[in-house]
Amino acid sequence: MRRFILRYLIPRIIQFLTIIFVGITVTFIIPRLAPTDPVEAQVSMMIARGSSLDPQSIASMRAALTDLYGLSGGPVQQYFAFWGRLLRGDLGPSLANFPTPVSEMIGQAMPYTLSVLVTAVIISWIFGNLFGALSSYYPKNKALNVIEVLGQAVRPIPYYIVALVLLVVFAFFIPIFPFSGAYPVGIKPSWSLEFMWIYLKHSALPAATLVLVGFGGWFIGMKSLTSNIISEDYVVYAETAGLKENKILRHYIMRNALLPQLTGLAMSLGTVFSGALIMEVVFGFPGIGSLTMAAVFRNDYSMIMGIAIYSIIGVAVAVFLMDLIYPLFDPRVRYQ
Amino acid sequence: MFRVLRDLLRYDGRFRFAFILLAAVVVMVLLSFVSPYDPKKSFAVPMDMPPSLEHIFGTNSRGQDLFWWLTFAVRNSLFLGVMTAIISRVIAVLVGLTAGYRGGWLDRVLMSINDSFVVLPLLPILILLGLLLRDRMNLFFLAVILGLFGWPFDARLIRSQVLSLKERSFTRTAVHSGINGFWITINEHLPFVLPIVFATTINNMLWSIGMEVTLSVLGLSDLITPSLGTALYWANQHGALVARVWWWIAAPALVATVLFLGLYLFFASINEYIDPRTRLRLMGG
Repeated sequence: MRRFILRYLIPRIIQFLTIIFVGITVTFIIPRLAPTDPVEAQVSMMIARGSSLDPQSIASMRAALTDLYGLSGGPVQQYFAFWGRLLRGDLGPSLANFPTPVSEMIGQAMPYTLSVLVTAVIISWIFGNLFGALSSYYPKNKALNVIEVLGQAVRPIPYYIVALVLLVVFAFFIPIFPFSGAYPVGIKPSWSLEFMWIYLKHSALPAATLVLVGFGGWFIGMKSLTSNIISEDYVVYAETAGLKENKILRHYIMRNALLPQLTGLAMSLGTVFSGALIMEVVFGFPGIGSLTMAAVFRNDYSMIMGIAIYSIIGVAVAVFLMDLIYPLFDPRVRYQ
Repeated sequence: MFRVLRDLLRYDGRFRFAFILLAAVVVMVLLSFVSPYDPKKSFAVPMDMPPSLEHIFGTNSRGQDLFWWLTFAVRNSLFLGVMTAIISRVIAVLVGLTAGYRGGWLDRVLMSINDSFVVLPLLPILILLGLLLRDRMNLFFLAVILGLFGWPFDARLIRSQVLSLKERSFTRTAVHSGINGFWITINEHLPFVLPIVFATTINNMLWSIGMEVTLSVLGLSDLITPSLGTALYWANQHGALVARVWWWIAAPALVATVLFLGLYLFFASINEYIDPRTRLRLMGG
């Protein structure tokens, strides 16, 4: 157990902290590299738009912005102040919806993004791996070959275009799915069965986009991994020993290939999350992506900043959790 | 070089398909130099005409011929892809070679930062950057920014190659001949790594062109310059779907699909060719 903690757990915790450190440092540096003063640019934009703000709230906004970017004091002092505020969980008020805190708005949007994202990632991972393994074990199967070609064809295309095509085809030309949103206007979100059904129908297309784009990658990854394993001696031996094909495939081949795929899943989370944001923009799905879109249109720096920080921490935590469950799948780590 | 091309064309169906798709893209890029219309001018042709013989992809609500406009868009998107790839390749090669050759604590620190960049959700960070630089953004600048973020995955790949090259006897010979570490990696190791660098270049182009589409759709790039992303942005701005001008969305989506599929299949095929084991399987040798 001590070896496990020293050899496995501590390096993972260090990596977890490094991800957060690198990510937050990048978000800290970016506003300082910008050629314009973000605070003044922001304030003058609010005034130019003629928003009905009295001098007092403009002053408090300027203070909030200076505080948000941590622009008072020297660089080192600024950097520590920045961390201090983060650790207190204070990301400042949203500028477009002053003075609602950014964290509150992100908190409201998060469940929508998470529910679709997690479901889609799990579905595409499981099916991609399953079909990938089958396809390399039964290379002559026609149906599997068709699936492979389709999966590979969708894979390189940006999320935005895949989402757009699905939306046009399945909500516009063949209107079997709702056009946008997570529920129709006038319905209040609740935990009732009826609402669940509505939500499911609305989130089906967004989830399908993520599944379609993700599927091909897992498929091809699994296929190349298993094609190496199939020629291993122990698989040949299992075959000559007359074990059932099903058993060989599940216990001898797939089990061994799953580990790198699990690592791959952790590595790809950031990219998939970015894809989910774009998918939401297309489908008008009220998650973090739509929040981002609205913030971009209204120049809401503090909101974008908050979203960036939350997503960095969120992805880092997800990767860390995956590292923690990894030993369950890999006995070598457990019994080291 | 030509032998490689001939082999690939003869033995790999995917490569043939990629070749056709990319040839179409190159033709479009070349046509942009003889375009009868200036992409910056609007209302040069009738508005909202569906695809016809005269206007292959139709015309948009700004009175532009979509086909000729898209020739510029493809050219600019490809330019962005190549620029980004060059910048990020330089960083990836330097980081990968150094980390792999030096090893030790430097390797651990570099790879730790590297892995963080792999995992980080880049889109929110790029959006933040795009928002701050909104009015100053141009295609070249965007390429530089993407280049600064697009290296980590490939740096790791290059490092893993160098780790095995380091153990070969020629490295030891070089060390004992008194060549300095930097020149060993550049002169001795880089040539072995180059095929992978080439393959990742294509993959990186896919990534950066896709990222441009994403950022442009959000309105965070230079919106006046034609590119695959700005094509979709303007179509959205004018509510092309609601106005039933579907070809305004369909045309850039089609061109983008051809480009992405072409590049991807090209990448997949080259990648298999580089690995001698899969190459033999490919050629039935």
